[in-house]
Amino acid sequence: MSKKDNITKGKITGIIANLVIVEADGPVQQNEICYIVQQDSKLMSEVIKVLGTTAYIQAFESTRGLKVGDQVEFAGHMLEVNLGPGILSRNYDGLQNDLDRMEGIFLKRGAQTDALDHEKKWTFKPLAQQGDKVIGGDWLGEVTENWLPHKIMVPFKFKGKYTVKSVAGEGDYTIDDTIAVVTDEDGREIELTMVQQWPVKVPIKNYQEKPRPFKMLETGIRTIDTLNPIGEGGTGFIPGPFGSGKTVLQHALSKQAEADMIIMAACGERANEVVEIFTEFPELEDPRTGRKLMERTTIIANTSNMPVAAREASVYTAMTIAEYYRAMGLKILLLADSTSRWAQALREMSNRMEELPGPDAYPMDLTAIISNFYSRAGYVYLNNGKSGSITFIGTVSPAGGNLKEPVTEATKKAARCFYALSQDRADSKRYPAVDPIDSYSKYLEYPELEKYLKENIDENWPAHVQLMKDALLRGREASEQINILGDDGVPVDYHITFWKSEIIDFVILQQDAFDAIDAQSSLERQKYMLEKVIEIYHTGFSFEHFEEVNEFFKRLIDTLRQMNYSEFKSDQFHQYEKELEQIIEERKG
Amino acid sequence: METQAFQKIYTKIDQITKATITLHATGVGNEEIALVNDRLAQVVKIIGDEVTLQVFAGTEGIPTNSEVIFFGRSANLKVGEELSGRFFNAYGEPIDGGPEVEGEEVEIGGPTVNPVRRLQPSEFIPTGIAGIDLNNALVTGQKIPFFADPDQPYNQVMSMVALRAKADKIILGGMGLTNDDYLYYKNVFDNAGALDRIISFVNTTEDPSVERLLVPDMCLSAAEHFAVDKNQKVLVLLTDMTLYADALSIVSNRMDQIPSKDSMPGSLYSDLAKIYEKAVQFPEGGSITIVAVTTLSGGDITHAIPDNTGYITEGQLFLRNDTDVSKVIVDPFRSLSRLKQLVIGKKTREDHPQVMNAAIRLFADASNAKTKLENGFDLTDYDERALEFAKDYSKKLLAIDVNIEVDEMLDTAWGLFDKHFKRSEVSVKKELVDKYWPNSSE
Ligand SMILES: Nc1ncnc2c1ncn2[C@@H]1O[C@H](COP(=O)(O)OP(=O)(O)OP(=O)(O)O)[C@@H](O)[C@H]1O
Ligand SMILES: [Mg+2]
Repeated sequence: MSKKDNITKGKITGIIANLVIVEADGPVQQNEICYIVQQDSKLMSEVIKVLGTTAYIQAFESTRGLKVGDQVEFAGHMLEVNLGPGILSRNYDGLQNDLDRMEGIFLKRGAQTDALDHEKKWTFKPLAQQGDKVIGGDWLGEVTENWLPHKIMVPFKFKGKYTVKSVAGEGDYTIDDTIAVVTDEDGREIELTMVQQWPVKVPIKNYQEKPRPFKMLETGIRTIDTLNPIGEGGTGFIPGPFGSGKTVLQHALSKQAEADMIIMAACGERANEVVEIFTEFPELEDPRTGRKLMERTTIIANTSNMPVAAREASVYTAMTIAEYYRAMGLKILLLADSTSRWAQALREMSNRMEELPGPDAYPMDLTAIISNFYSRAGYVYLNNGKSGSITFIGTVSPAGGNLKEPVTEATKKAARCFYALSQDRADSKRYPAVDPIDSYSKYLEYPELEKYLKENIDENWPAHVQLMKDALLRGREASEQINILGDDGVPVDYHITFWKSEIIDFVILQQDAFDAIDAQSSLERQKYMLEKVIEIYHTGFSFEHFEEVNEFFKRLIDTLRQMNYSEFKSDQFHQYEKELEQIIEERKG
Repeated sequence: METQAFQKIYTKIDQITKATITLHATGVGNEEIALVNDRLAQVVKIIGDEVTLQVFAGTEGIPTNSEVIFFGRSANLKVGEELSGRFFNAYGEPIDGGPEVEGEEVEIGGPTVNPVRRLQPSEFIPTGIAGIDLNNALVTGQKIPFFADPDQPYNQVMSMVALRAKADKIILGGMGLTNDDYLYYKNVFDNAGALDRIISFVNTTEDPSVERLLVPDMCLSAAEHFAVDKNQKVLVLLTDMTLYADALSIVSNRMDQIPSKDSMPGSLYSDLAKIYEKAVQFPEGGSITIVAVTTLSGGDITHAIPDNTGYITEGQLFLRNDTDVSKVIVDPFRSLSRLKQLVIGKKTREDHPQVMNAAIRLFADASNAKTKLENGFDLTDYDERALEFAKDYSKKLLAIDVNIEVDEMLDTAWGLFDKHFKRSEVSVKKELVDKYWPNSSE
């Protein structure tokens, strides 16, 4: 076999489903991309194991019709994404092919489309100056993408120091035009464009420091913000049996959360759910800015019927895009639904490679893989002193709804917030079905976050939240007693304790994701309502009989919910508030 | 299937297991089909010149000197209008005594629809069964299974749904269907005069179980032809997907794969998703809707088959015997159509969502009252009325033998509210109560 241009080639010697065995004629790197050459297309694959001159590769496409002896070309690099302006608002597959540019109704095997638009002109404004000393990740200039200031950076791959020789003047350029020339330490000149490549499995670390999250990320969802807030740059996960509301909750986060950019990785889930985003997001408004939601969103779709191997890649593609935008000093929210499908993709491959299986036949190093991935999130200080963040929330789909399974357990070790969806709550339509007692946010234990809450919401906020949690617990105990002893078998006080916790449940925890107003609750509003509820909690009421308790509290709850459904501080809102005061008066004492 | 000139023929098999054979062969493609001693087989593994094939009908009686003929292509189906009204086996061969079908050859198990080329489902499929239409409305492009115990009349309900669904084509995929059930479907479709809209691919309990692995792909390739090329509304019925999954596990165990939960292959989720995700609404009007049956053992939905199914489909329908009224009902608590919100109150009357929720809430009150009763606690007057309401609701709306239009379902529900409750107890928006509450009371 002859070798040309240092490109390693190979020939297929075996095929087992999407695992392909290749005899290579030159050097091969672990995780290198290669292409299986077919008559009318090239099928992208990735090296997952090397033994001598034998490379085990996983094909990102169907292997139907492949034969022993088929040619393979190695690309010399790992799976990379193209980073540059034009990623926002795109719908990509797991390998960053632009789905809108694919021809035909069906995805053609081997079809590839450009991730970025090479024709479009962007108005470039220089930020760096001739003579500036720069390193990888430093800002050279900026263009406006939709509305985001998109920084054009020194490629992350650049090691060492560079000197800016020239920067293009303000004007319109395509992403392939030279916008700067830098010289390296040996005086070699390098022309830079607006595009750079980065291997998805390697974290982008061109930042100075990664402190612990110390601010909260406002999500607009009460059960998260009020009870178990997630830090900006933090990690969280949502496990729950099928139908318990993981996807609805993630969609709500993507619509309401306060972030500059949302990246949604639809990982091995339903195509119709992605279609819902395609349909709604171009129409729906970002409640904070009034812009269309699609303007701040990028979707990575590898639905369950798309190639399994590309499913694994899709979460990394999404994370790398998030890291790229974080390096511009932006606040990114990354959502992945569902990380269990990614773990299953790993399992399928590991089984095919006949590796020693761990629990439930998942690979032995599952915990490490998941931890490494979650650790790429975070709040960072960039080299120029500015900050950026990636907050990551993944869903987990535990087999049989049982949280004692490997993916849930591994994720629990990696993620700091745990939003457990409970079947019981979902069955009784108490949405979002986040269990208020099992769920937690480790960030509440961070003094720096507590300080932030006190300064930014209220001095008493942490104390109030703790009070709510205790009240919920007491309510649950009371309800258990009532169930055992019967309505008449317990003192009326038990009913009052129970119903006070029901108020918290119905008014704070429950939130209608499909109601235009209730779907989003600002922090100011959350504070207002929490204080209302606390006031009621501290009020003493007198009743003769338990049936009066039920009726009275049902009325209170109904009125409070009407407040939730009304525009904050509108006339209607205050009207209901007045009604509420009157109802409270009836039984005070 | 006749032999053709370009086909490669071998006559020496090296290894035989219960479901697979291995031989030395060259130039063979992955997933290529072959005939092994006249039985259809598919390439599942190639290592060097060692080729392993899965023999669908099993390997009993196959000698090592069998003729193995490779076809140079993967499994396919001839599609065209001629499929209508016909019954085929898992290989797409006629079993109704009729002639071979002529038509365009398509590969089965073909590519995926680009998600950006899909349309959001939005067309209501009325079935007349209130337990479905009122509480769990179905939508074109949806995929939804019945979760049912083996003794429940799911085949009857499915055939009713199919006949009333106003689909252009109904494609029945029978997997491990008993001969009696097969004849039942044939009769029902025949009696309804619907045979010309129906296409069946059937693997009965008398056929080898591994053959049924081909059934869903056969059905869905035919469905894609009608939905894409003819813009038709196609309804695909798959029964029983549990038996399909069992066949998957047989094959994977024989291929020495490491089983995961409940001895199912680790790829079960992807295998099932590949089938169910063929459900789609196209912008040009064509659609594929999948209604399936997943039988449960002892009602256990945490078993790997229903569990993975639940993670894939857009809801599920539960049948239950309501002993209070001696009828099979569609369980309003455990059933869920996740796409219903796309049509109810939009394609149906405005009061639909509220009436649905109110009735289910009252039914839940009745079930709490029942628990109280069983635990020996006293019932309130409200509890008593809720129990009476529940009986009426079960009989007149939830029972599977109900067959009425949606408006009538809603009117019936209002009638029951009026009969058993005060307006304030029903907690429906005031405008709707004013408009729809029967005039008779208050
Ligand atoms: N916040 C909510 N408000 C109202 N309904 C909800 C809410 N959350 C979930 N639901 C209902 O539950 C159904 C299932 O929710 P969802 O699709 O989010 O579940 P899931 O946990 O993602 O399930 P799967 O694991 O199967 O994907 C929805 O179609 C909707 O009917
Ligand atoms: Mg989901």
